[in-house]
Amino acid sequence: MSALDEKARAALNKKALYGPDIDLDRFSSKSSPHEYDPELSHFSDGEKKHMAEVGILASRDERAGSFVLKDHSPIHCSMGQEGVELLTMRDALRKYNGLPDYWWKAVDVDADKYTAQASAAFHDGFFIRVMAGTKSLHPVQTCLYISGEGIAQNIHNMVIAEEGSELHIITGCTTAPHLKKGLHVGVSEFYIKKGAMVTSTMLHNWGEEIVVRPRTTVWVEEGATFMSNYVCMKMAKSVQMYPSVRLMGKNSIARLNTILVAPKGADLDIGGRVSLEATGARAEIISRTITTGGNITARGLLIGQVPDVKAHLECSGLILSEEGRIRAIPEIDGRVAGVEMSHEAAVGKISQDEIEYLMSRGLSEEEATALIVRGFLNVKMEGLPRELQDKIERVINDTGKSLF
Amino acid sequence: MLLSIHNLTVEIAGKEVLHEVNLSIDHGETHVLFGKNGSGKTTLLMAIMGFSGCRVTQGKILFKDTDITYLPISERARMGIGMSFQRPPTIRGVKVHDLIKTFNNNDDATIEQIVNSLNFTEFMERDINLGFSGGEIKKSELLQLIVQNPELILLDEPESGVDLENIKVIGKVIKKLLQKNLRRQRVKAGLVITHTGLILNYLEADKGHLMLNGMIICEGNPREMFETIQNSGYEECIRCQR
Repeated sequence: MSALDEKARAALNKKALYGPDIDLDRFSSKSSPHEYDPELSHFSDGEKKHMAEVGILASRDERAGSFVLKDHSPIHCSMGQEGVELLTMRDALRKYNGLPDYWWKAVDVDADKYTAQASAAFHDGFFIRVMAGTKSLHPVQTCLYISGEGIAQNIHNMVIAEEGSELHIITGCTTAPHLKKGLHVGVSEFYIKKGAMVTSTMLHNWGEEIVVRPRTTVWVEEGATFMSNYVCMKMAKSVQMYPSVRLMGKNSIARLNTILVAPKGADLDIGGRVSLEATGARAEIISRTITTGGNITARGLLIGQVPDVKAHLECSGLILSEEGRIRAIPEIDGRVAGVEMSHEAAVGKISQDEIEYLMSRGLSEEEATALIVRGFLNVKMEGLPRELQDKIERVINDTGKSLF
Repeated sequence: MLLSIHNLTVEIAGKEVLHEVNLSIDHGETHVLFGKNGSGKTTLLMAIMGFSGCRVTQGKILFKDTDITYLPISERARMGIGMSFQRPPTIRGVKVHDLIKTFNNNDDATIEQIVNSLNFTEFMERDINLGFSGGEIKKSELLQLIVQNPELILLDEPESGVDLENIKVIGKVIKKLLQKNLRRQRVKAGLVITHTGLILNYLEADKGHLMLNGMIICEGNPREMFETIQNSGYEECIRCQR
């Protein structure tokens, strides 16, 4: 048994720091394999609609690559641009001799029972490598899809952006219509090299009884940029994630945007952690959260390790129903003189003044509230393709409307 | 009468702020409301508009012969009452453009013309009132009023915080809003709170009212009233009442 396996095995029962503890035995790590779908044509209209909800097109046009993992089977993996390599993780491990410099380097395999399970019962995942100087013209789309009732999906993804490259990834995670129970464990390791830029936009649309435990770490080298947009506005039983970004090179940048809506019964514990480890590093973490009855914990942590770094953290929450709870936990850890870090957190209801101001222009109370909610969720996300920006705006619009 | 207020008594947070106020404004008239800070002028405007903080405990407000005392704000707005706020709230993430779109009945070309006339083009894509200067707030308020096109226009200190150059722009817009270019056909009416004479030149107001401690204690020619206040202060008005 390898050292990695041993570490994983030792951590199989290790509870995570945050989020409700999940009994992994309630889910099955086995599923019947699915047939490969070279043209993305095997999906039903219902499935296509669900995928479109999370930004995944059932076509390869305007994509630098497409990857779909259904339950435990990679059913589609195609490349659309020279210099943008997209493989299944298992194929990449074979091709690159186990990826010794990257595999489980950024994420600790024994961080908790979920990382341990992702190693011990690894299914597959995607591997993206953008060659030095290559700029992806279109986004790479990756879809992680659960269709089997009660299964655990253990995924390990990797993104390597070589020097001076640019990449936009859209990751859509969703389930088959009517699916009730499932577990998604997703380890993601990002390596962003000198001067490269990666934007990762993730849309989640889970189901009533779906439990989600992503584990992401990002290493950012000199002059490189990592931007993350995470949107989850539909029901999910429990999502807990706390992606970690290490700004390791001079003048590196991280920007994490999160938009959450928690309906009744949802429990979302979402955060972002950025460690500023080189001079000139800059970070911004912004979250906008709304509860319509569910629980939200919005965490954020900035760690200033060296002088001359700058960072800001913002958690704003709106409670729009009698039930529901939002805990905003912003944290700043300055370890040397010369860091400049700040945070603001606010949780409340929509101000009556704002509603009545809009009503004085003739908007009804519902219209006024919807407009304010839309504005609240309207975080500026840079680098999104037009169609995805529209998509997110539509979801925000619908959310504003559906509250009443 | 376009607006008639009878014995209106209003409470804010359990404290009586307006006491049995009577006021009538006919179509085509512009009235000015004078009074010290804290005398209840803004409360009167907000009560006419229907803000929930202003609780009517007695009396009534009629607009176009309909009792609107307990109507929601939006219905009053749709009936033709519009207000320019002195310090409107900031609404993050909502652009001026987004808001105007929701209640605009004009065509795009007309809107563009209005926006240009106010020199407001670059503010259309900014969050409502976020980081606006005094003058920008007033312009934004007036822009919304022009689009809204109300019959009764309530202006709360439209000139406060505005530099002299922009007072001219704002004055002209108010003049147009109140249809001062029309004589016989003029239907629009206004109720304007002001502390300075600057805007009076543009208003061509018909009547002035002086508010003191939540009561209207004097009515008259607005210019004369303003001169008295300017020369002898509000004290003279109080003495005069005795």
